[in-house]
Amino acid sequence: MAGTDINVDNKDAGKDGDGDLAGLEAGLDALDSVQVGRTSLRETLVRKVLPPVTAVALVLVVWQLLVWAEVVPEYKLPSPGDVWGEVRESWLQGTLLDYIWTSVSRGLLGFLLALAIGTPLGLLVARVRFVRAAIGPILSGLQSLPSVAWVPPAVLWLGLNNSMMYAVILLGAVPSIANGLVAGIDQIPPLFLRAGRTLGATGLREARHVVMPAALPGYLAGLKQGWAFSWRSLMAAEIIASSPDLGVGLGQLLENGRNNSSMSQVFLAIFLILLVGIAIDLLIFSPLERRVLRGRGLLVAR
Amino acid sequence: MATTLAQATATDASVEYAARIDHVSKSFAGPAGRQLVLDDISLDVAPGEFVTLLGASGCGKSTLLNLVAGLDLPSAGSIGTDGRPALMFQEHALFPWLTAGKNIELALKLRGVAKAERRSRAEELLELVRLKGAYGKRVHELSGGMRQRVALARALAQDSRLLLMDEPFAALDAITRDVLHDELTRIWRETGLSVLFVTHNVREAVKLAQRVVLLSSRPGRIAREWTVDIPQPRRLEDTAVAELSTEITEELRGEIRRHGRH
Repeated sequence: MAGTDINVDNKDAGKDGDGDLAGLEAGLDALDSVQVGRTSLRETLVRKVLPPVTAVALVLVVWQLLVWAEVVPEYKLPSPGDVWGEVRESWLQGTLLDYIWTSVSRGLLGFLLALAIGTPLGLLVARVRFVRAAIGPILSGLQSLPSVAWVPPAVLWLGLNNSMMYAVILLGAVPSIANGLVAGIDQIPPLFLRAGRTLGATGLREARHVVMPAALPGYLAGLKQGWAFSWRSLMAAEIIASSPDLGVGLGQLLENGRNNSSMSQVFLAIFLILLVGIAIDLLIFSPLERRVLRGRGLLVAR
Repeated sequence: MATTLAQATATDASVEYAARIDHVSKSFAGPAGRQLVLDDISLDVAPGEFVTLLGASGCGKSTLLNLVAGLDLPSAGSIGTDGRPALMFQEHALFPWLTAGKNIELALKLRGVAKAERRSRAEELLELVRLKGAYGKRVHELSGGMRQRVALARALAQDSRLLLMDEPFAALDAITRDVLHDELTRIWRETGLSVLFVTHNVREAVKLAQRVVLLSSRPGRIAREWTVDIPQPRRLEDTAVAELSTEITEELRGEIRRHGRH
């Protein structure tokens, strides 16, 4: 009978059958595997760098045209050249980097503090039911409260000094960071948690090896937003609270520009505030986010 | 009945089973009151034995596997296993933030294997599932069949005597599934593991197992058992496999038909 024949065949195959299986498997693996290639430098330049450069050039052209057409008086709209002159002048005076550093160092330190507080807070809210019920809604509510609202009380509580700046940054950024982590943890597929528990990951080891890495994409999104909130809160605080002890940051520069009725200085300050925001995003958060998503195969080339 | 979950250690000389499911029942709170999912299941898996649990939807086979894995507690009865069992799912459940090798190393680390040994042990396990070059590969770079083999290697890294498998090949294409059956059989024979394998695929059950246990549905009860003494390696096309599959399928259909009557 055919059936017995096959059985005999298989028995005879023995070691050879094993080799067959290995070959079969290698073939399947080769057929099924995805080839992941990286884009060339030229392509990156054309697809990633060219479009924003074009956009910026276009804005400058339109801006210059508006100035030439004298749509508004010159004291209201300085030309790109005037603003550039302002940049050059403060660079030559050596104050440009001071302005930037005063604000950036405050912003980054405040952000790191917010990170250190927001991360354990988010973990607690996400993982402990009582804590979530108790402060979860307040935490998401705080996100919609403009952090500039904290400037007056912070000035009254802490006075006009750096601690007041940090307090405002923390109140703006901690809820964002914590909420980002909570959202990231809520989106973890339950399968990962089951798999982790089967492997013996419980308690802190579960948090360290399964929960935190699984929540990383959501957490990073929270960090990014947390930075944006830190930076905005800081600018609000610097514009409102001025004191000779505080040094001149970008917010202060903007306020000084208004007081001096120097529109080109105002533009310079706005330009620098924007530049720092973009630079931090491009240099820190975007590469981090891309790295994490690419590692997980979540970054689809478009 | 008292609910106990005994986890005997591997060194315990009195252990003569890889898993002992003793009069286990499980019910869940449902919309229509408490619903009995498993009703008085008793089943022993001997050391080195390969048992498949077969049943239609609603037979509670995944629930039973969760109970044996210790992820849930039985409502009545007791479950004893020889150490903590390893568990493989229908989805590979590999962590996408780690490479294939690091996934295996995490299992080793959580088991307490020293750092110096992890790398070489992980590479050995990858070699066992014939994925020698896959150590540094990310999960998304692997095909479905390769992912399940890494998942198998990760389960083996737990160095458990009992491997629980919850329809691990159900999501694969037929060709890959067939190859992985052979692969699993080879690894089972090489390692001497006990396997409790859940499936709704009759031929898969017959091809792999030494013993096929048919569960009825709602509530899950053991309906019948077959000892499969067709010599390995078996093929899905073997007449003996086909004949036994036909017999079991008839029985399974009979079980399903009972539910249409009321």
